[in-house]
Amino acid sequence: MKIGHPKDFWGGVIFASLGLVFALIARGIPGVGFMQGYTMGTPARMGPGFFPFWLGVILFTLGAVIAVTGFRKAHGEGALERFHWKELFFVLASIALFGVLLKPIGMLLAGIMLIVGASLGSHSFRLKSALLIAVFLVIFCALVFVAGLKLPIPLCPDIDALQSFTVCRA
Amino acid sequence: MELVNHLMLGFGVALTWSNIMYCLIGCLLGTLIGVLPGIGPVATIAMLLPATFALHPVSALIMLAGIYYGAQYGGSTTSILVNLPGEVSSVVTCLDGYQMARKGQAGKALGIAALGSFFAGSVATMLIAGFAPPLAELALKFGPSDYFSLMVLGLIAAVVLAHGSLIKAIAMIILGLLLGLIGTDVNSGVARYSFNMPELIDGIGIGTVAMGVFGFSEIIRNLEQGADREIFTKGVKGLLPNWQDIKQSAMPILRGTILGSALGILPGGGPILGSFSAYTLEKKLAKDPSRFGKGAIEGVAAPESANNAAAQTSFIPLLTLGIPSTPTMALMIGAMIIHGIQPGPQIMTARPDLFWGMIASMWVGNLMLVILNLPMIGMWVKLLTVKYDYLFPAILIFCCVGVYSINNAPMDVLLAGLFGFIGYVFIKFDMEPAPLLLGYVLGPMMEENLRRALLLSRGDPKVFFTRPISLSLLIVAALLLVIVMAPSIAKKREEVFVADT
Repeated sequence: MKIGHPKDFWGGVIFASLGLVFALIARGIPGVGFMQGYTMGTPARMGPGFFPFWLGVILFTLGAVIAVTGFRKAHGEGALERFHWKELFFVLASIALFGVLLKPIGMLLAGIMLIVGASLGSHSFRLKSALLIAVFLVIFCALVFVAGLKLPIPLCPDIDALQSFTVCRA
Repeated sequence: MELVNHLMLGFGVALTWSNIMYCLIGCLLGTLIGVLPGIGPVATIAMLLPATFALHPVSALIMLAGIYYGAQYGGSTTSILVNLPGEVSSVVTCLDGYQMARKGQAGKALGIAALGSFFAGSVATMLIAGFAPPLAELALKFGPSDYFSLMVLGLIAAVVLAHGSLIKAIAMIILGLLLGLIGTDVNSGVARYSFNMPELIDGIGIGTVAMGVFGFSEIIRNLEQGADREIFTKGVKGLLPNWQDIKQSAMPILRGTILGSALGILPGGGPILGSFSAYTLEKKLAKDPSRFGKGAIEGVAAPESANNAAAQTSFIPLLTLGIPSTPTMALMIGAMIIHGIQPGPQIMTARPDLFWGMIASMWVGNLMLVILNLPMIGMWVKLLTVKYDYLFPAILIFCCVGVYSINNAPMDVLLAGLFGFIGYVFIKFDMEPAPLLLGYVLGPMMEENLRRALLLSRGDPKVFFTRPISLSLLIVAALLLVIVMAPSIAKKREEVFVADT
């Protein structure tokens, strides 16, 4: 049997599995230590598990309905779109790296890595121009956010020797 | 007169030099970011939120409101010049606006959009001033069950207006509600869905979710499309529409304003429905409907006025009931809470300076947009011609720094990245993510009110049907659903969204 409308089918599957996960965590699985679940309570005295459990059940049901109707739809439409893993990877990995490195190495360096890294995902990547943009932008951000708006963002690497420089003190 | 006194108080707050400055900066920044292709008001506000942290709450809200209008106007500019709507409410503007731009009338289109928006904004501001106080008084009579039903109605209304599949939109809202529950449960102190991660115990900030789903995923989408778009920068001169154009647009602007204001008040209504129905109405009333879609000035004037009017009046449910009616308003609630203000009916009496100051600043902001944009449009256009390779690094780093500074938490940047991935997957499977944000804000509120309602009724669910306010709200919600699911209307709804995009 072929899936009639793959987009709807898999979309429904995503919803249903998310609903299932939320409901199961709220309900808990007996015997599994880390899946204790939350107290359900009664409608009059709801525990923390009540609302999320039933929402999860509803989401699971809706997802199942979407998946089933998607499966049975007429053929030839709703083909899956291609995932562009390259762009996805470079942008998300750079964002994650920025989050991890911001405190240890400071915004100036982390920002440059973020921009150069994400630019690797572009079709027309050129190292020189990416670097130039990156340097320009981190300086701009430092001036606007740290010097201007006084947001406490670390600028320099977290090394004691550097903290005596005025530039590094946020 | 009481209204006049209130407005005087408001203008007294809004017209101090510093607040005028913040309003101006907000409008400027909002337009600047909003003009960038693929960045709608939600991402703009999320990105600029940290810029308001250092301010006094009143000034911060005034600046945020300025950012919001600026972003809206910037979005219209992009629609007209690049045929790329920043959000659903300016989709219709693309139809005739882009065609006008192709005919070399871009300036005229932008000018009439600015003037129409200003007129609509002025009328809507007066409406807020008039309607908010009695509504807030009514809201004080609301019990928990009424609030719960109101939120159900709001969510249903939002779903009905979302484009695309109805059932997927409902599922998206439920998912939003669930995500909103992450973090410590207020009643029992249990940390839900936080997997022992200290960063998750306070829940995920709405700015983080918004930035990921609407900012990061959009960057990836734009990168994968690669090619630069055709932009019409010629004919942007001559911004002022001539007498003939104004005569032709006057009635559409007026009708758009009325329609938009009315629909904006509805919970869930908002700018989307306003602009779509204003466009449809003008097309129906026109002597020669075939002109529409080929550059009819009414096709720009009416929806632009309507979405601006609705954008304004959607503050009414936010300020009086504390319930957001659009994803943007959901973000506004988040911003208010960060500044220590809990939106709701009590805000008007507890903080009159803030309430009326914000309303007065709405009008000031609208005026500023006209004054600013007529001369500055050339600059925005230049910005549009900048290659995406130069633009997206800026968007990216502003988003990252912005997310980090909301809580000074590096973890938030990682979470926003995760939501970026989720948002990308949603788009690939045709799952419109806008309703998620609404559900996200309403999740904890709905649970709290459901709990209280059932506690008061000792677990009897009939309480939702015996209280008159609650019952009538639920009936309206049910009617909406029935109407939308009726086959003939479902087909019509499909047509409006498909044929016009």
